[in-house]
Amino acid sequence: MILVRQAAAMAGKDLRIQMRSRYGLGAVLPFAGTLLIAFGLSLGPGRSLLQQTAPGLLWLAVLFASVLSFRQAYQVESEDGALEALLLSPFDRGSIFLGKAVAVAVELWLLEAIVLLLVSALFGLSLWKAPAALAAAFLLGTIGLSAIGSLFGSLADSPRAREAIFPLLVLPLATPVLVAGVKATELAAAGRGAEVGSWLALLVAFDVVFLSLGMVVFGQLIED
Amino acid sequence: MSVAERAMSKLTARRGERTLAVLAGAGVVASAVLSLFVSPPDAEQGSLIRLMYVHVPSAWVAYLSFGVVFVASLAYLKTRRTRWDRLAAASAEVGVLFTALTIVLGSIWAKPVWGTWWTWDPRLTTTAVMLLIYVGYLAVRRIPDSPARRARWAAVVGIVGFADVPIVHLSVRWWRSLHQAPARLIGLPDIAPVMGAALGIGFLAFTLVYLYLMALRLRVGRLEERLVAEALSPRIGQPAESLLDGGMPAPTARPKDAEEVSTGG
Repeated sequence: MILVRQAAAMAGKDLRIQMRSRYGLGAVLPFAGTLLIAFGLSLGPGRSLLQQTAPGLLWLAVLFASVLSFRQAYQVESEDGALEALLLSPFDRGSIFLGKAVAVAVELWLLEAIVLLLVSALFGLSLWKAPAALAAAFLLGTIGLSAIGSLFGSLADSPRAREAIFPLLVLPLATPVLVAGVKATELAAAGRGAEVGSWLALLVAFDVVFLSLGMVVFGQLIED
Repeated sequence: MSVAERAMSKLTARRGERTLAVLAGAGVVASAVLSLFVSPPDAEQGSLIRLMYVHVPSAWVAYLSFGVVFVASLAYLKTRRTRWDRLAAASAEVGVLFTALTIVLGSIWAKPVWGTWWTWDPRLTTTAVMLLIYVGYLAVRRIPDSPARRARWAAVVGIVGFADVPIVHLSVRWWRSLHQAPARLIGLPDIAPVMGAALGIGFLAFTLVYLYLMALRLRVGRLEERLVAEALSPRIGQPAESLLDGGMPAPTARPKDAEEVSTGG
């Protein structure tokens, strides 16, 4: 299908840029790490509170760090008239949206893998009691997050005045991802992987709604 | 003009506005009399129940406004007529007002009844998230950029935001139900007919107030648009009338290139 091919090409381009610029490694990951340390300092040093709150802190760190990733994904388009060139090309607008969402999702998955290891060390979150449920929660939640971020990320690039709007928009809209992700992570860390079904279903519903909605309205956001 | 547009014009014309003012005023007075004096105190909550007569209709208007934002946003993206954008903007402003009012009234009611100003009850939390989403909508409307672009972005936020609210509600309800602290949920108490009537009049009154505020705000919106059109018209050599209602020319340069364009004269 043309859409899939175009989205794949778009995602491939974005991923190549990400890998070469090493923005993820250089800025987003350290930011997530800083947040985790800050959480630890503000809630610790007692181990038990940190262990209890670890799922929430983990998802908060991912949420805030993802803002940086989305902003960067669109910043690359604002240089050298790249966005205009993209709009002139025969690319379907929906596939631009999908491609960007996939690229950021991949970056976030890599980020989350590292952050999970960090959190398991820093806060004692147990990763191996229900690894499949844990992985599913992050896989699905990140897709939803990427849908929203990719949709509104075009609002996040320069000029400056627009940048502050982006977190204000994305975080309330991502509430279901936060709630479902944290709950599923909690259950998975407690070894109750079988009970995450309804939370995963919620995440799937969210992903489907926002990916389809995004594909339909994205064109309105970036057309001039 | 379509039927919807004709209806809107009728309602927001000067005479429509005055009529609405009178009706809304009468409704508010009637509602106040009914809720403060005529309806009896509740068996359990005493006179505190009277807060219900303002809190619940306020919530209704909040959700109504955002429904209107949703429909108007869709209409704007489909037709690009600025009257829909104006409608969405006006409704969002009034909606944010009533949402904040709902939360405050709810808090005031909660303190004596539940002993706390806030509880992470699904309805309350969803309303708070909804407030934030539409504050974001209003912030998008303030981005310094061309009106047409702003309107498009705002329309997208209006649509996506509204689609999100039911999902937020579902997620928060599940979240809440896992931590059972058997706090009494704020369902509607068994309602005596008098109280039902008072509540009904409250709904009507608040809806009339909403319509009146909308009429006012739409008039201001129309004037704003006229102002911009008349300021722009000599600069681009087009008569002001042609710039109204979606006639604004699309910008030819992205904002950061705008400096180069304007220095050219």
